[in-house]
Amino acid sequence: MSASVLSDLVSGLAAGRIRVIDLTRTLAPELPQIVLPPELGQCWPFRIEEVSRYDERGPAWYWNNFSCGEHTGTHFDAPIHWVSGRDLPGNSVDTLPVEHLVAPACVVDCSAEAAADADFLLTVDFLRAWEARHGRIPPRAWVLMRTDWSKRTDPVAYQNFDESGQHTPGPDVEAVKFLVHERDVLGFGSEAIGTDAGQAAHFRPPYPCHYFMHGSGRYGLQCLTNLDRLPPTGAVLICPPLKIRQGSGSPLRVLALVAADAAGV
Amino acid sequence: MTAPLERPRRKNPVLRTRLPTTPPAARSRVALGLTAAAALGRFELQVCRDCGAVQYPPREACHACLSERLDWRAQDGAGELLAETVLHHGLELYYRERVPWRIGTVRLDCGPAVVAHLHGDCPAPPARVRVRACLDRAGQAALFAIPEKDTPSMADDRQLREMTCDPQHRKILVTDGKTALGQALVRAFVAAGAELVWVGHAEPWKRAPGLDALAALPQSTLVPLDLTDARSVENLAAAIGGKVDILVNNAEHHRTFGIEARRGIDAARAEMDVNYFGLLRLAQAFAPALRARGADGAASAAAWVNVLSIFALANFPPHGTYSASKAAAHSAAQCLRAEMRGSGVRVVNVFPGPIDDEWNQLLLPPKLAPGGLANAIVAALRSGVEDVYPGDVAQDWLARWRDNPKALEREVAG
Ligand SMILES: [Zn+2]
Repeated sequence: MSASVLSDLVSGLAAGRIRVIDLTRTLAPELPQIVLPPELGQCWPFRIEEVSRYDERGPAWYWNNFSCGEHTGTHFDAPIHWVSGRDLPGNSVDTLPVEHLVAPACVVDCSAEAAADADFLLTVDFLRAWEARHGRIPPRAWVLMRTDWSKRTDPVAYQNFDESGQHTPGPDVEAVKFLVHERDVLGFGSEAIGTDAGQAAHFRPPYPCHYFMHGSGRYGLQCLTNLDRLPPTGAVLICPPLKIRQGSGSPLRVLALVAADAAGV
Repeated sequence: MTAPLERPRRKNPVLRTRLPTTPPAARSRVALGLTAAAALGRFELQVCRDCGAVQYPPREACHACLSERLDWRAQDGAGELLAETVLHHGLELYYRERVPWRIGTVRLDCGPAVVAHLHGDCPAPPARVRVRACLDRAGQAALFAIPEKDTPSMADDRQLREMTCDPQHRKILVTDGKTALGQALVRAFVAAGAELVWVGHAEPWKRAPGLDALAALPQSTLVPLDLTDARSVENLAAAIGGKVDILVNNAEHHRTFGIEARRGIDAARAEMDVNYFGLLRLAQAFAPALRARGADGAASAAAWVNVLSIFALANFPPHGTYSASKAAAHSAAQCLRAEMRGSGVRVVNVFPGPIDDEWNQLLLPPKLAPGGLANAIVAALRSGVEDVYPGDVAQDWLARWRDNPKALEREVAG
């Protein structure tokens, strides 16, 4: 029985009944990095330098050294990332339960709203309206906020700064509390550079998605792409971060398994 | 009178670009005293401490009394042109390619007679002239006689231009247009008649005040350039590297910590990544093309300018890690200078004291205004020096450092 579950998965993949969709942005130096005031510590952007390329530095092989921060590119946030989650058990990428790394996802389409308002905030009402159409968000599921923000391929438009800071969509305080306390979500995912809105430094508390999600042992995924290719419900996310000792997060490959008849393409 | 330099015609692309040649570079150690002063734009000769005789050429013992107590002293260079000669052939490749070449014998008012390169506006002898010590394309001191009074367009003299790196009609790359200094540099080069100025800027999503105004200048073009990213540097070199005549590396990362005031080394590493490794990345990507174009006509590749810091000479502990990164950059710049030497492309190192910017907010004046520093850099290129110590703080540190580096270390340690 247990063997047939997996053989169904394998045969479904082989037959194309299950599609694998890559929700990951390509790591490259041009990929914008989270911006903090310059006097604070900074997360490294992705950088890469050649070790050798079939040349005098290594005649038959090509390889690179790269550097980046734990929160560079498409990446995973563990609870220990935020001060509110600092004392939780299993709060770092090396200790969190691996069962959490394969989980269902609900995709909340806010793309029209985000196109109209870069500061769009996902609210409880918006989530309840989504549930009225697609059913209740199940416990231990990812909630992914689709904004089509990843389609902003120009880094300036993606970061969207003006003198008052960044303008990118995210959840409001009550929506985060609702997802954690009333829906028991596994985590929250975003296409923007952070799970919190660009202006969330001014919310009460600041950065509520980080504060409440991580304070309750939940996770974050950011810089996702291809969310427009996922169904509202039914996708399964595979998102294991690197096993960094006491790591607060990690760049990672995020894959979604989608039933072919539900896939957007 | 010198004819004003016309905008050079576009080069004929079917003709081979001439390879650079340089004048003879060998000098005795004592003769390098002349070069050490010329690098700073000074004309110094040895003066005997015992009898006061001024020496030329440089020597180990006084020509008058054989005393060995000879001190390098600044000279005003005033003198009388006694005779002139026009070279029509030379044994050295460098001069063969440049004849006819005018030289003259000048009796300096301070005593010795010297042979000097002769500016075209110097009248036929006898005539009053001023002798300067310039750096030639080999980076060695060369005495150059100019008219007693400035003449129109005198900087455009064909022979004098061999000693200078005038930005007029040249194509300039300023590596960081986001800072006040970068923006002042762009404006100073435009005012100096640069053909065009490429303005590098990193992290375009962080909007910098003033950058849009630069982009509106007809001579300037914004280009993406992030010195921490090898591919960004290589991409820009691929796009424009073969056209850059003067590269000014003003990009820097500056934090204000010593060792104990900042936990970890992230700020220090970021400083090294821009200030030191960034220079290496730039040099590997851009220097080969500059070297190859050292003799590419009237607007050849001419100079590579590094904006360092006076803190490269001695560590300023309140900005200790920044000082260390600038010392590393200074060392790398010396290596680059050696590697560029054969091409005639001059590496100019600039050692400013604190610039009046946000990272020096807590330092007391005097601080260098970005516009003043930019003008000093343009003036350095026009006058043909290779080490620039602009402003009172830099001059003061330089004098103390030359006098006694250990004393300076102790003085700035507080
Ligand atoms: Zn003497």
